[in-house]
Amino acid sequence: MKITPLGDSALIVRSDEESDDAPERTLREVLATKSAIERARIRGVLECASAYTTVAVFFDPTDAIAQGARPDGVMEWFESHVREAIASSGPKGAPSPARQFEVPTCCEGEFALDLKDVAVSARLTEREVIDLYCATDFQVRCIGFTPGFPYLTGLPEKLFTPRRPIPRTKIAAGSVAIGGGQAGIYPTVSPGGWNVIGRTPWRLFNPEENPPALLRAGDSVRFKSIVRAEFDALHEKSRPRQS
Amino acid sequence: MQLTVARAGFLTTVQDTGRAGFRELGVSPGGALDVHGMRVVNLLAGNPETAAGLEITSGNVRFQFPDSRVVAWVGGEYDVSATGLSVPAGRPALLHAQEELSFAGPSRGCRAWLAISGGLDVPVVLASRSSDVRAGFGGWHGRALRDGDVLPLGKNPALSAALIRSLQGARIAPWTAPFEWASPAERSPVLRIVRGNDWDRFTEASRRAFLSVKFVVSPESDRMGARLEGPLLERKNDTELVSEAVVPGTVQVPPGGRAILLLGDCQTVGGYPKLAHVITCDLPRAAQLCPGEQVWFCEVSMAEAHLLLSERTRALETFKIGLSLRR
Repeated sequence: MKITPLGDSALIVRSDEESDDAPERTLREVLATKSAIERARIRGVLECASAYTTVAVFFDPTDAIAQGARPDGVMEWFESHVREAIASSGPKGAPSPARQFEVPTCCEGEFALDLKDVAVSARLTEREVIDLYCATDFQVRCIGFTPGFPYLTGLPEKLFTPRRPIPRTKIAAGSVAIGGGQAGIYPTVSPGGWNVIGRTPWRLFNPEENPPALLRAGDSVRFKSIVRAEFDALHEKSRPRQS
Repeated sequence: MQLTVARAGFLTTVQDTGRAGFRELGVSPGGALDVHGMRVVNLLAGNPETAAGLEITSGNVRFQFPDSRVVAWVGGEYDVSATGLSVPAGRPALLHAQEELSFAGPSRGCRAWLAISGGLDVPVVLASRSSDVRAGFGGWHGRALRDGDVLPLGKNPALSAALIRSLQGARIAPWTAPFEWASPAERSPVLRIVRGNDWDRFTEASRRAFLSVKFVVSPESDRMGARLEGPLLERKNDTELVSEAVVPGTVQVPPGGRAILLLGDCQTVGGYPKLAHVITCDLPRAAQLCPGEQVWFCEVSMAEAHLLLSERTRALETFKIGLSLRR
């Protein structure tokens, strides 16, 4: 495990493993590292956030100095507390089982802007693309880009599709998309360059709720193809809970 | 009591000291791009440091006051005035009911922060009153202010009420915040950086250019980041990087070689290589970069970055004590 500074007010804990070799083990290790640091309640640490193979730890350097760290030893002060927190978290017991979500997705008409392009690039029919996509077990590796946007890994190589050369300025909320070797869901209207193959009626981000995001790193996601009538019925309904 | 926005200007938003705790879910820290400045104006107005105020980004901006309030502002070189009264940066001023406070400019710099005693009493969303305009929540209905908006104000705190009494005659307090806090905008500023994790991935020529050649701020700059035009910054190879956390101050370089200096509304993660980070102490000056401005970068050690920050924190403590003695 390596720890490197991220500017003067944060550091990044890096997992030893490459994400491609053992993605699931890396994900579990990263989540365990994050929770160990959070549980240690290190003074001056403001928050932690995981992303793929790393955990970022955000802190207030002046808090370390107030506790006796020398100004030229602040990074080392936080680093040693973080290492201690990880070391003393003990053997990682059985990880809590991943939450499972089945995301209803309609791949019809204007919801599936780029389904045709994905099918052409995969040399499959549009139906085959949807079937393959909906038979895939995805994992949330990171939430980012916009609030609540899940980066999903697990996409079958056949469906890898390069990002669009010119990003769209407006992608509808709920759009389910493929970007390179990853999949994602746009929680809110935003610009974006991924290939949109469907839309979910679910609301993935709601700042009025706690937590505001439906998904978090570590969750398992599958997509379920629904027809337009089901989409309309589910749309605007109360927010789904984990199954 | 309500504040009327007679003229909203180019981009005026409700901001406080930011939103911590939701990066894991992709929510930016946001808040005033000059968090330190926001604290200072709140203290000057008699508010808690974390009260919500306004961030003004150029243009003609005018507010009408419902009752007597202490205001204070810091930032770029704006002409700020109230009926026949010029309000200098970094000094508390008394405004009476129905009076209008106007901002014009800036002739230098980019943004200004205004605190009004009592603070803007907009709902707290995800632990902050800051506007996240990109995601469309927080602040005033998740958007920039418009002409005619009417915003709720909190009650004058006891400290502000005392200030209102003591400023009845002079209207402008004789004391002021340190000059570099009140007016952080400079022509062609030199921003101090520490190395980013991907520093060594860049060619030596690019690293040298970054620290010795001026960059010009592009018009495509916003609260997410300042895009910089200048020498193309090249990597030794184009290895794809796994996305990881970025922070305000990060200088990232997308393929193509044009650097972006990230600011408070930046994404929480990014996959572009991180060449450097502007130190926390210099973020107030980074927030003053307007399109067309020139900017230089110079390297400091991590220890120096922390020493500067700890000195500023100590100075802010002294400043608070000074303010409390004046009341």
